[in-house]
Amino acid sequence: MHKGYAIELANVVKRFGEVAAVDHVTLQIHDGEFFSLLGPSGCGKTTTLRMIAGFEYPSGGELMIHGRPMATVPPHHRPVNTVFQSYALFPHMTVAQNVAFGLKMKRVPRAELGARVQAALDMVRLAGFAERYPRQMSGGQQQRVALARALVNQPEVLLLDEPLGALDQKLRKEMQLELKSLQHRVGITFIFVTHDQEEALTMSDRIAVMNQGKVLQVGTPTEIYERPTCKFVADFIGETNFIEGTVVEQSDEYATIQTPDGLQLRGYTPRPVNLGEAATLSLRPEKARLVLPSHARPEDAFTMPVHVEMITYIGSDTRITVRLNERRTLDVWEQNTLSTLDRNAYWQPGEAAVLVCPPANALVLTE
Amino acid sequence: MIEAQPQNKRAQRAASWWPRFNSGALTWGRLTLTLHAFLMYLFLYGPIFVLVVFSFTRDEFGVRWTGFTLEWYVRMFANDRLMGAAGNTLYVAFVSTVVSTIFGTLLALAMERHRFRGRTGVDAVIYLPVVIPEIAMAVSLLAFSALVLEFIRVVTGEVVRRSLVTVIIGHIAFSISFVTIVVRASLKHFDRRLEEAARDLGANSWQTFWRITFPMILPGILGGALLAFTLSLDNFIISLFLSGPGTSLLPVEVYNKVRRAVTPEINAISTLMLAVSITLVVLSQLVQRRR
Amino acid sequence: MALSSFEREQQRREQRRLIALLAPGMLWLLVFFLLPLLVILVYSFLTNGPRGNLLWQPTLQNYVDLFTQSSYVNAYVRSLWISGLTTLFALLLGYPLALFIVKQPPRVRLVLLILVLIPFWTNFLVRIYAWQIILANNGLINTTLGAMGLPTLFLLNTEGATLLGLVYGELPFMVLPIYAALDRFDFTLMEAGADLGASKWHAFWHIMLPMTMPGVAAGAVLVFIPTIGQFVVSELLGGAKVDYIGNLIQRLFLRSNPPNWPLGSAMSTVMMIVLLGFILLYFRSTTEEDR
Ligand SMILES: Nc1ncnc2c1ncn2[C@@H]1O[C@H](COP(=O)(O)OP(=O)(O)O)[C@@H](O)[C@H]1O
Ligand SMILES: [Mg+2]
Repeated sequence: MHKGYAIELANVVKRFGEVAAVDHVTLQIHDGEFFSLLGPSGCGKTTTLRMIAGFEYPSGGELMIHGRPMATVPPHHRPVNTVFQSYALFPHMTVAQNVAFGLKMKRVPRAELGARVQAALDMVRLAGFAERYPRQMSGGQQQRVALARALVNQPEVLLLDEPLGALDQKLRKEMQLELKSLQHRVGITFIFVTHDQEEALTMSDRIAVMNQGKVLQVGTPTEIYERPTCKFVADFIGETNFIEGTVVEQSDEYATIQTPDGLQLRGYTPRPVNLGEAATLSLRPEKARLVLPSHARPEDAFTMPVHVEMITYIGSDTRITVRLNERRTLDVWEQNTLSTLDRNAYWQPGEAAVLVCPPANALVLTE
Repeated sequence: MIEAQPQNKRAQRAASWWPRFNSGALTWGRLTLTLHAFLMYLFLYGPIFVLVVFSFTRDEFGVRWTGFTLEWYVRMFANDRLMGAAGNTLYVAFVSTVVSTIFGTLLALAMERHRFRGRTGVDAVIYLPVVIPEIAMAVSLLAFSALVLEFIRVVTGEVVRRSLVTVIIGHIAFSISFVTIVVRASLKHFDRRLEEAARDLGANSWQTFWRITFPMILPGILGGALLAFTLSLDNFIISLFLSGPGTSLLPVEVYNKVRRAVTPEINAISTLMLAVSITLVVLSQLVQRRR
Repeated sequence: MALSSFEREQQRREQRRLIALLAPGMLWLLVFFLLPLLVILVYSFLTNGPRGNLLWQPTLQNYVDLFTQSSYVNAYVRSLWISGLTTLFALLLGYPLALFIVKQPPRVRLVLLILVLIPFWTNFLVRIYAWQIILANNGLINTTLGAMGLPTLFLLNTEGATLLGLVYGELPFMVLPIYAALDRFDFTLMEAGADLGASKWHAFWHIMLPMTMPGVAAGAVLVFIPTIGQFVVSELLGGAKVDYIGNLIQRLFLRSNPPNWPLGSAMSTVMMIVLLGFILLYFRSTTEEDR
């Protein structure tokens, strides 16, 4: 039963004065999907969400909800509901009144209303809190009231603007799991705004990475992490090392760049590159390995002679900073797969080593 | 070294009570400051206390204590002219409060919710009635009303005099500003996302206003209304200039009596007016600090 | 770009809403506040008829009189002088009081603040009248002195009594803004100053006072302006022995026979201009500090 898309944005622009807060954004969000908008603060995530909710009207482009044009429909006529970052619970109403508000506006009969409010509170495990006021509840509980208040209306799409931003680390992790399982149960499309890449990776079916009002890449968490299509995404999601150079060789999905030092490095190209073009090699610290110079086998990996500079033991991993030349150091993470107290057998600062990496583990990116 | 700790503790406890910038024992500076504050409150409330006490004295000059009586209150309530004036005063205060509260609240919403060209100018017009001397406003309204009444006489041939209507118009003119200022303060803390949340949940803008915005700023509106009511009850200068023949207001009556001499009857009226004002101020504090 | 026109439509709707909010209050203020001020300005250039009737003959005579006749000039000088003194005394008494209040724990602070606020809400006339009971020749002070066998004093109907009444009436207006400024002041700066070897006096003079200057300035404006136009205090406590601007204006409009509205209007206009000068000066100084 493919009804098309839950939400469709086509070339949506939003200008505040001269500035384009959202700049020609095109997105298709599937029914039942947990979709995240991820990007640094000020990149236009909230503005995009607010246009979907109806609090802002686009300066250009088209916005559809289940195929119905919605760009100019006022918020109270849209089949979407929002969970606000600060929850925006009505302080002069009890929890039950807060949750009932949307149903009252729709003139749901009293008997049905009570049952639905109760069911919504049960769903977020706040059954005993109906008569409390928001100020008498903890941050996590308020968060769940906000969820119940939105979900009780059975929206076609639920919009969440950094809903976990105000919670402490532990509660945040719990709520991530709870939100995810809730979404599974209710089967509603969630559009989730966050600037926390780990949160987006953990929870989302798909992610749109935004910067400066533009969508740079849309993909599953794996695609976004393993195959970023541009430098910004590679940098913003997870950790990486960048090495600049020029493309000197190019063959279907791989390319080789040459650094100013004359090193030749080969990697995968998510997007085609041209010979002679400036490009950057992106190498995730956990995808490289350090070997003794004598162990280097040039035939199946690219190699870089380096010197070990600093070693940081963090339990699960050991993080090694190696020096490539006067200007540049690289990070390499090795998993501590062996249980031993003997750190002498390990790398020592000043030691010469070779960094090896199969071409499929490195990416050649432009811009 | 051994004694340091208990001394410190005492100093800390004292610090929450006494000026902090010289934490430690009681100093002359601190003592002076406290004594000064005590004297200032005595200064502010001493005369009021004296006034209240001397409204119960038997002394017919009302300036010395010669025994307790309620006679002056009885006389006051029996005085038709005074009671008429009190009725007029309440009526003026009621009407001007209703009108100025509505207008002032709308103005406050406009000023806090919108950015527009000329906003600074509007701001100035709102604040001006608060800062200029009341007599300037009073004489200008007097001159203006004379002009308008003369115009009415020429056009319709009917002689219209200044009355409670002119007083009410004047009271509204200065009350609007006070209401606006109080309501604006309550709108400053208002989280507009609450309104968006209501819209999001299916309320139109009218429902959003009455179910969310209005209940939230109601304390501010009530506070503004109480202030307007009090200011109107107490207003003397504008009332003096704008009331017409035969329409007397309580503060004007008191003024006319007071200019002659101190009498225990005036003490009684004054005490009553004080009691009303203080009740209203306490009420307004309760209303605005609720929640 | 079809949607852009929708945005424009949206803006237009917003504008209509803004106008609906602004219109009632602003119209009222324009018609019953600004327009009357203009009327006064026009009146000030008209001629007073022999029976106090208005003659539509433009003249500068009112302003000439104002600036040449010594009784009028004196009234201005006297008003400025006593307003300045009132401001000064209110500051000297109010600053330490505000400091004391700021230093109290929150609960006490609230009570003390409301106690300062109550006089603002209570009838000014009545509070001034209370001083008559205290200062009169047969009043509280003199009866007490007499009972102790001491000589009695002339207290009422003196300029000193006027000053006392004005300071009494205006003190709250000085305390509240200074309190607000002190509340924002970071008192650890005083400790830092003491650390660097500054004496308490030095630290007050060079750290606390300059940083709370905006509050002092606001208080000064709030005290100075209404005092300039007052006539009640000098009448009730000063015995109307000397004229201040307020007394002159009131007399020219209401009492003198025949009345002289054009001259009164000129006096009021000049007073407003002087005060607007002060207000502009105040705004200039505060905005410069913000920069
Ligand atoms: N109402 C507004 N008026 C003017 N500029 C705005 C407004 N709302 C957002 N912006 C600007 O648009 C840009 C994107 O903001 P936002 O969507 O809130 O970013 P994010 O949610 O990703 O942090 C920012 O530069 C912000 O300053
Ligand atoms: Mg945001």
